[in-house]
Amino acid sequence: MDGLRPTSESELADAIRGATGPLSVRGGDTRGMAPAGTPLVTAGLSGIRLYEPGALTLVAGAGTPLAEIEAALAAEGQRLSFEPMDHRALLGTTGVPTIGGVAAANVSGPRRIQAGAARDVMLGLRFVDGTGRIVANGGRVMKNVTGYDLVRLLAGSRGTLGVLSEVALKTLPVPETECTLLAEGLAPGGAVDAMSRALGTPFEVSGAAHLPDGRTALRLEGRAASVRYRAEALRGRLGGTWAEAADSAALWREVRDVTAFAGGHAAIWRCAIRPSRAAALLAAIGTDHRALLDWGGGLVWLSVPSGGAEAVRGAAARLGGQASLVRRGPVPAEVPALPPESPAVTALSEGLRRKFDPRGLFSAPLRENA
Amino acid sequence: MQMPAPDVRIMGLKARLVSRLSEVLPPDAVIADPAETRAYECDALTAYRCPPLIAILPASTEEVAAALRICHEEGVPVVPRGSGTSLAGGALPTADCVILGVARLTEVLEISTEDRLIRVQTGRTNLSVTGAVEDLGFFYAPDPSSQLACAIAGNIGMNSGGAHCLKYGVTTNNLLGVTMVLMDGRVVELGGQMEAGGLDLLGVVCGSEGQLGIVTEATLRILPKPEGARPVLMGFDSSEVAGACVADIIRAGILPVAIEFMDRPCIEATEAFSGAGYPICEALLIVEVEGSEEEIADQLGLIEEIARRHDPVELRRAKDAEEAGRIWLGRKSAFGAMGQIGDYLCLDGTIPVGELPRVLRRIGELSEQFGLRVGNVFHAGDGNMHPLIIFDANREGDLEKAEAFGAEILRLCVEVGGCLTGEHGVGVEKRDLMGVQYGPDDMDAQMDVKDVFDPAWLLNPAKVFPLEASAGRRG
Repeated sequence: MDGLRPTSESELADAIRGATGPLSVRGGDTRGMAPAGTPLVTAGLSGIRLYEPGALTLVAGAGTPLAEIEAALAAEGQRLSFEPMDHRALLGTTGVPTIGGVAAANVSGPRRIQAGAARDVMLGLRFVDGTGRIVANGGRVMKNVTGYDLVRLLAGSRGTLGVLSEVALKTLPVPETECTLLAEGLAPGGAVDAMSRALGTPFEVSGAAHLPDGRTALRLEGRAASVRYRAEALRGRLGGTWAEAADSAALWREVRDVTAFAGGHAAIWRCAIRPSRAAALLAAIGTDHRALLDWGGGLVWLSVPSGGAEAVRGAAARLGGQASLVRRGPVPAEVPALPPESPAVTALSEGLRRKFDPRGLFSAPLRENA
Repeated sequence: MQMPAPDVRIMGLKARLVSRLSEVLPPDAVIADPAETRAYECDALTAYRCPPLIAILPASTEEVAAALRICHEEGVPVVPRGSGTSLAGGALPTADCVILGVARLTEVLEISTEDRLIRVQTGRTNLSVTGAVEDLGFFYAPDPSSQLACAIAGNIGMNSGGAHCLKYGVTTNNLLGVTMVLMDGRVVELGGQMEAGGLDLLGVVCGSEGQLGIVTEATLRILPKPEGARPVLMGFDSSEVAGACVADIIRAGILPVAIEFMDRPCIEATEAFSGAGYPICEALLIVEVEGSEEEIADQLGLIEEIARRHDPVELRRAKDAEEAGRIWLGRKSAFGAMGQIGDYLCLDGTIPVGELPRVLRRIGELSEQFGLRVGNVFHAGDGNMHPLIIFDANREGDLEKAEAFGAEILRLCVEVGGCLTGEHGVGVEKRDLMGVQYGPDDMDAQMDVKDVFDPAWLLNPAKVFPLEASAGRRG
């Protein structure tokens, strides 16, 4: 690939200072949503800088492949608790997911409801903003309230405020075992009700999803005896029939990566909403769609063959939620991928972009997956 | 510690400000009598005091907005105040400021166990948030030790933690959304869902020490109460061994809800004060786990097996709630116990957990050098230290000596890879040490955020950033 390929933070800063037009910053480019402009590839900012399993701390260059980090953690019986999604199957993209891409997009999977999002385990970061300024924020310790929290501001900023060069993360042990309870044939409303009741128990449900095929899944993780105990206790509280899934890990990879919606040409929406309103959202859309509910109903994935921009965005807004476009499909190019914000929030966000990227290097329109 | 000289122009506006504020607030919500404003002269960092020009106590988002609009028009600095429990001087007034207290914003607005959230006005105390949901089997997780008194507004301002954040995280991990009034009176809604659509403004507001806006309402995540919890007490004959034991517990894949550490000076003071029955040794750990009886037994069994490998001088599992209470009694009265010995300065640096032995050794050396006693209480799971430096406030120069000692400890925390403050915030207390942790560009990037939210730098302006660093922006 042509373009800029810095191999150090100072080269990154030089590349940004020397830029004369929009930059298209990429980690692994697995979202197919990098903006137009000169490619700026972070792959050269790679490598695990520090890993202390006893302190649950890992620091890595932003271009480090996610797989490299996951392998290093697995060797010590640890993992990234937030279970980042791999977008390649859903979007039909290739490329190597990087930790910087995960952090910049706050990519969080099913365990978000119990263990938090990517942003919640990010301890610190370094980035270069649009003026070429190198900025450090946070650190490598779990509790840090020194100054403003730019870590959370940059997490999920999708590269619009700066290019991450290094990320520090909290890691967690892989539990001894996991078990998933499955119910068949619940309607979305009934599924959300069951998931909410499960998440309202002290049994530490670490995944609660309702799949497009009608299965409702609840995951328990921990020490074997504890998982057995909690599975029985949960069955007792919920009533109905809850069978044990044959392959729990495979099922949650399927939920995490939304593989049910892979292929085809439908628009894919990702809606964040209060779980108690998820069923109403589906009812309000009207147009033909399929849905996958994660986060106990707080995250609704929609596959809408007709696009459904007005129906989905309208229903989400009426119900106090928000809808992001992950795969455009037939949705017209003028519909923005990110949900609309109030004028006051837009003014603040624009103000921040002007401060951190006064030349507009990172704010070119997204070159979205067609 | 210096504060900017009060602005004579603003001091001269007092009568006019009282009159304008009284037009938008009830009569008893505008406090201007010097005998009464004195109540707001300090927070829990009592070494520094200054009565504000005026104190106001709005009771709604609309009243906050109306009052801020007036202060903005008049160019008057506003210092937000939760319950005044900040140990960092976050709510310390200046003589030319309006203190905006949230004490009358105490309503619960909504509880949803289905969505596992509560919406409250932010003057409500931390513990009373849990109080509102505990009959439903839920609780609010962040538990700063001032939780009986401290307000949610202050928790959000300082991104407060607590003893149980090893498992449950700090305020930012449990905050879903806020209603916030900007300095110019505009009201913004931030967050609300489990993820942000655009920039995560909620994330940067949490922990911004009241410098970006006044948070009047908050949506907080509530969690189901665990079936039970039980601590085990362990004593070791060196802090190195205790530290190694903590690392082994974590590496074994167990995630206790809390791991608390106390060193010998602290154990001795606490034992004399509370009679908790602690062994007198070099290092004491309290490790707490949660779950059903069987789950607790299983986890504690594993933890004790690990502890035994480190030759503990004491290993005592709480048999029942009463014994659990006794084990926690000492830890919870540690600050009070140290207070019996003298005045104390409570620090809050965080270090990588592996650095504990080295840092404790160095603190011991510094204690000799400064001639001041120090005891260490430590959230060992997450590296958040609370060294308590004992001094005599009535002895000339002792406070300054304690502060110099404290600054050395915080420099040490940063040097070993940690930070200045883990949960108390910067306020004025650590303001002038910010340069130890952050370079000029790092601080500029943070101050750029304030420029966007509060271009005139009227909200809590003399905090967090060294005065010389913020001078050009404060105008």
